[in-house]
Amino acid sequence: MSTDTKKVLFGPVVDNNPIALQVLGVCSALAVTSSLANALVMTIAVVVVTAFSNLFISIIRNQIPSSVRIIVQMAIIASLVIVVDQVLKAFSYQLSKELSVFIGLIITNCIVMGRAEAFAMKEKPGVSFLDGIGNGLGYGAVLIVVAFFRELFGFGTLFGMEVLPLIQNDGWYQGNGLLVLPFSSFFIIGLIIWAIRQWKPEQVEKD
Amino acid sequence: MSSNKETFGKTLIFVFMVCLVCAALVSISAVGLKPLQQANKLLDKQTKILEASGLLEKAGTDIVGTYNQFVVAKMIDLNSGAIIEGNTDMFDERADARDAAKSSKPENDIAGINRRANNAVVYLVKNKQGQLDTIVLPIVGSGLWDLMSGFVGLADDLNTVKSVVYSDLKETPGLGAEVLNPKWKALWPGKKMFDEQSQVAIKIVKGGAKSGDVHGVDALSGATLTSNGVERTLHFWLGEEGYGPFIAKFRNGGLN
Repeated sequence: MSTDTKKVLFGPVVDNNPIALQVLGVCSALAVTSSLANALVMTIAVVVVTAFSNLFISIIRNQIPSSVRIIVQMAIIASLVIVVDQVLKAFSYQLSKELSVFIGLIITNCIVMGRAEAFAMKEKPGVSFLDGIGNGLGYGAVLIVVAFFRELFGFGTLFGMEVLPLIQNDGWYQGNGLLVLPFSSFFIIGLIIWAIRQWKPEQVEKD
Repeated sequence: MSSNKETFGKTLIFVFMVCLVCAALVSISAVGLKPLQQANKLLDKQTKILEASGLLEKAGTDIVGTYNQFVVAKMIDLNSGAIIEGNTDMFDERADARDAAKSSKPENDIAGINRRANNAVVYLVKNKQGQLDTIVLPIVGSGLWDLMSGFVGLADDLNTVKSVVYSDLKETPGLGAEVLNPKWKALWPGKKMFDEQSQVAIKIVKGGAKSGDVHGVDALSGATLTSNGVERTLHFWLGEEGYGPFIAKFRNGGLN
């Protein structure tokens, strides 16, 4: 893999993370991080949607009239999201029952729109596709870290497997009620942003 | 560069083409995957019914086979309690409840469902000897955030509880969603729904039911509104506007 490809694919994971640096897509990151399984499925869904919306938009980028480009992007993204939702319903019914609402909300996820507008409208299809995967992964990395802490300390489980036995199941661990609720992700995402900027001070905005 | 692709006609044609392609994509996936989705939905429902009748562990991976062997679905008219003809697989309580011709407004809507379908599907579960063992009744009612739907399994006296199994809910994880906790579900078997006067007597007790209380089940801590919702849902569905007529008919031997 050339360094350029690597940069496009893995740059968004830490160096240019859509949640931590660009602070996009936080809304859905709050909702779907109550368990690792949900976060993982949401990650896959966003990777697929971002990658393919970038690909298709990049293919027709020279034909899109600029006066209607946002609507055209939206139509493509919305169609892809519906397809993902249908596939999930067909092959993973349990997860789709929990995630259906949030899958629909991928349409409004700013990361997808943001990459389509900022990257795919200018670049070639191949590299746009990789950029979509990269940004999906960057979003997913944060999601999975948040979900790890929320599921472990909120429910005492990881991927549904008991790690810290809860008092209500005759264990010793009192689940953290705050982490069970969506807004606790704000604290964890805040701490992640702080940690990344300590590690890479160049991400800190100048006053 | 914009002069040649920015004309009104070209924009219109372009947008039309994009819509056409997107619409085709969506339609193909929706229609193509429909059989799989319906099979999933049915399998999910059958799993819950087997769980409510206590057969899930015995079924193992063969849900459909076990279901077909032991469970008979019957459509009933809720107002009269009589068994009627109908396609039990395709019946959708909430869809019927939205249809004014197939539903009515309950006079005393304690479950908070707004409209109730005229018909319902009940599941008669046989044991190995072919005798009636469990009756599974679908229930639906408001929790804290939204409607919660599930099944209640009753022994053949239609009084002794075998299980209360929720299948769809949007309650708070860790609080209201604890109705799915096996520990809480284990409190139900053996409880009695009705008292000696045949009144619905099941109740959810805050702070814990007294030992030996056959009508009381511990409330979920931190989830008062969900617990109240469960109690009201059961009172509604076992009452006169729910399965009351069916239960009365059944006790008088009217089922056979």
